[in-house]
Amino acid sequence: MKSWQQSWRQLFLFGLLALTLSGCGMRELSALQPQGPVAAMQFDLMKLSASIMIGVFIVVMLILTYVLIRYRKRPGQEGIPKQVEGSHTLEIIWTVIPFLLLIVMAVPTVTTGFTLGKEYNKDEALQVRVTAHQFWWEFEYPDLGVSTAQDLVLPVNQKVQFTLTSADVMHAFWIPALGGKIDTNPGLENKMWLQADRTGVFYGKCAELCGASHALMDFKVDVLEQDEFAAWAEKMKGVQSAEPAAPASANAVQGQQIFEKSCLGCHAVAGKGGKLGPNLTNFADRQRVAGIMPNDAEHLAKWLRDPQKEKPGNNMPNLNLSEDQINSLVEYMSTLKVQEIKR
Amino acid sequence: MSAHASHAPKRSGIADWLTTVDHKKIGILYLIAGGIFFLAGGLEALLIRLQLMYPELQVVGAKTFNELITMHGTTMIFLAAMPVIFALMNAIVPLQIGARDVAFPFVNALGFWLFFFGGVLINTSWFLGGAPDAGWTSYATLALNQYSGFGIDFYVLGLQIAGLGTLIGGINFLVTIINMRAPGMTFMRMPLFTWASFVTSGLILFAFPAITVGLVLLMFDRLFGAAFFNPDAGGNVVIWQHLFWIFGHPEVYILILPAFGIISEVVSTFSRKRLFGYSSMVFATALIGFLGFMVWAHHMFTTGMGPIANTLFGLATMLIAVPTGIKIFNWLLTMWGGQIRFPTANLFAVGFIPTFTIGGMTGVMLAVPPADYQYHDSYFVVAHFHYVIVGGLVFGLFAGLYYWWPKMFGKMLNETLGKWNFWTFFIGFHLTFFPQHFLGLMGMPRRVFTYLAGQGLELGNFISTIGVFGMTIGTILFLVNAYVSAKSSKRAPADPWDGRTLEWSIPSPPPEYNFAQTPLVRGLDALWVEKMAGNKGMTYAEPLGSIHMPNGSFLPFIMSLGLFIAGYGFMYHNYVVVGIGMVITFGCMLMRSLKDDPGYHIEPDEIEEKGVKA
Repeated sequence: MKSWQQSWRQLFLFGLLALTLSGCGMRELSALQPQGPVAAMQFDLMKLSASIMIGVFIVVMLILTYVLIRYRKRPGQEGIPKQVEGSHTLEIIWTVIPFLLLIVMAVPTVTTGFTLGKEYNKDEALQVRVTAHQFWWEFEYPDLGVSTAQDLVLPVNQKVQFTLTSADVMHAFWIPALGGKIDTNPGLENKMWLQADRTGVFYGKCAELCGASHALMDFKVDVLEQDEFAAWAEKMKGVQSAEPAAPASANAVQGQQIFEKSCLGCHAVAGKGGKLGPNLTNFADRQRVAGIMPNDAEHLAKWLRDPQKEKPGNNMPNLNLSEDQINSLVEYMSTLKVQEIKR
Repeated sequence: MSAHASHAPKRSGIADWLTTVDHKKIGILYLIAGGIFFLAGGLEALLIRLQLMYPELQVVGAKTFNELITMHGTTMIFLAAMPVIFALMNAIVPLQIGARDVAFPFVNALGFWLFFFGGVLINTSWFLGGAPDAGWTSYATLALNQYSGFGIDFYVLGLQIAGLGTLIGGINFLVTIINMRAPGMTFMRMPLFTWASFVTSGLILFAFPAITVGLVLLMFDRLFGAAFFNPDAGGNVVIWQHLFWIFGHPEVYILILPAFGIISEVVSTFSRKRLFGYSSMVFATALIGFLGFMVWAHHMFTTGMGPIANTLFGLATMLIAVPTGIKIFNWLLTMWGGQIRFPTANLFAVGFIPTFTIGGMTGVMLAVPPADYQYHDSYFVVAHFHYVIVGGLVFGLFAGLYYWWPKMFGKMLNETLGKWNFWTFFIGFHLTFFPQHFLGLMGMPRRVFTYLAGQGLELGNFISTIGVFGMTIGTILFLVNAYVSAKSSKRAPADPWDGRTLEWSIPSPPPEYNFAQTPLVRGLDALWVEKMAGNKGMTYAEPLGSIHMPNGSFLPFIMSLGLFIAGYGFMYHNYVVVGIGMVITFGCMLMRSLKDDPGYHIEPDEIEEKGVKA
């Protein structure tokens, strides 16, 4: 009997452990493993409200279980149960206690709400301007004179003040591990601040239905040491003002020519080119092709063959490139680097 | 139809159903139409979950997926949940207050046909160039011409037509409940389901105009080139959200309050006890309805309203937990000290309590704006509102259907099948939606047609899809049950559950005039009062006399058909078709206004004859 109980207890503990380990998701993506003060404050509020609510739930379940067992109709039971009208005492109890519990929740709700609603100027926080597009993200650092897309590069342990808008439909900017989301509304600007407490890569997502490829509107947040970030910003700025160096191989030079002819109308590189598509200045540094596929030659070629197949409804047309052209483009684009990231 | 016909012009078969103004038959029409739309919405849900079973699947494409989620939400809320609620309201409310019909039987039929044609119009989009794909909330910008297809026009026009039906249905029930109560049926003696229907109808009256305004503005933007929501032309994209949620949040209570009413009736009957704290239950219902209008912006915490508005709307939202808590504890205390029986109706009611409590709990969690920045538009929200709408409303509707089926159809539903129905649906439901709370917190946004492998989202999605099969089996078992019951020749007794309220004092199904003699109500739980006084049935407030009945009419059907036709005219910019449709509709209105229709009478000898048969 005893060993039976023990093995059940072990099984229970093991199950609980497995649940907690798998139940919190990936550190890079999950709101349950906060990686910065904003996400931590939000996680604290979640824990507080969830604990109060689970307490209420346990009370409800205890009463329900008791009632269902104790007062089920037994065979042969006759007679009419007492018809109780109500009880003022009980009703006051279950009006007042929830009210008090709500006050416990309300206080940190108000304080955190205003803490998160603060706006920081450029002396207090790094300013980043986010513009959402169908289905990619544009990031500008107005005080640094740097502009990039898809991979948001941030310094560790520093507040970042975002100003967000959209170029087309509504989107929502969400980096669960660093903090909650805010909508990007066309024609309007929203503000939000975040901070990362550790370096590494975090996953960002669009959280507002924005069209066919809403699910694929992912981005990455690359959090660097502060000096690394400063160096990155310097290099980006340098590249954007200088003439790009000619690529080394003949194939890449050919790729560059194709790029200038077919791509530059929409995609900027080193300060030149259009703004309809993502800026590709540091394309080869980025984690992903189009935010979703691993950034390697194979996947980039796949993207160039048919962008609509990989990300339905996006604004990039199929350029009908030959395999040779794709090959040259891939080689050229792999030279678009500004940093050596340690991964 | 002569002016003083004493006999109904008998129509049979399909003509009878197309012309009926009898609230009981309209209730069945609502149930059948709502049921068919429920199956369509369920099929869409099944496809959604199959697509998300594994990462990066290609069961349906990205655009089709967005059409599926849009149609699933729109269908389930407007075309399945609301009509089935109206089915029960129609079938039961007049009986519970001792009335012979609703206040405006003709308008009642018109409400049904408007809803029906609106719903059909939206669903024809599947065959006419693609369904709407901007989500059931249809947020402008995405719903504007530049960014979405033709499908949104079906949403805009179909919902206006269906919404008109709902609005006049709501007004009809307000008037009915205020004016048609039997002698002695004071407001504070009305059964809780009638109270809930009353408050819900009030909410419909005030909430539906808001979405109608929104839909009209969106229609002008889409069809006639206006720019209310177009930022490039000076429009504002956030206004749609406000209009939508000023309707949308009360809509949640429009849906859930009738379920609260049903649970109150079922729990009380099957505990053989009067409802604990009746007056506080009534007060809580009204308070929830009132507060429901004060909190719409909690759907918009991430829109960028700023911390002051967010905090105020958050705190107001939390307050709703108090009356909701009162209800849950009153149900528990109703069972306390009773003799609880567990037919399927009560299984659903008892299953409702923990399930809805979880939905309410996550609701309070969502009312904390800073935490909501994480929950918002993630699968956490999907889990929350399915706990409320499926775990709350649909469980309540199943409880109500199993409870009132004998009264509506005169046949019992099979209890063994019913128990299988409950357990498969209950387990399937929790398997489907419980893991979604965690998926949301682990970083899965809602309305995504796929998710990438290796982001820790595989297991939860897989379990969730498995759960859907349970819910599917449960729904199929219900259909089988309805079929078996229809085929069986066994007739249901007038009062199969030892009922407490007026509807159980008359035969199942009730005769067309409901009450041969209007009953005299002598207390809360009118029938129970008589039972306790040792009486065999109700005492009557009038002698047996001739009963005035309304005539059936084709006009509601044709009037709605006219708007249906005009809807296509608007969408295809074909103003001849618009004209034809409008002529039909306004012609019917003119006919209705100019032609006297005094109805007919059923004489006492006929009633006695029928009374013997029933």
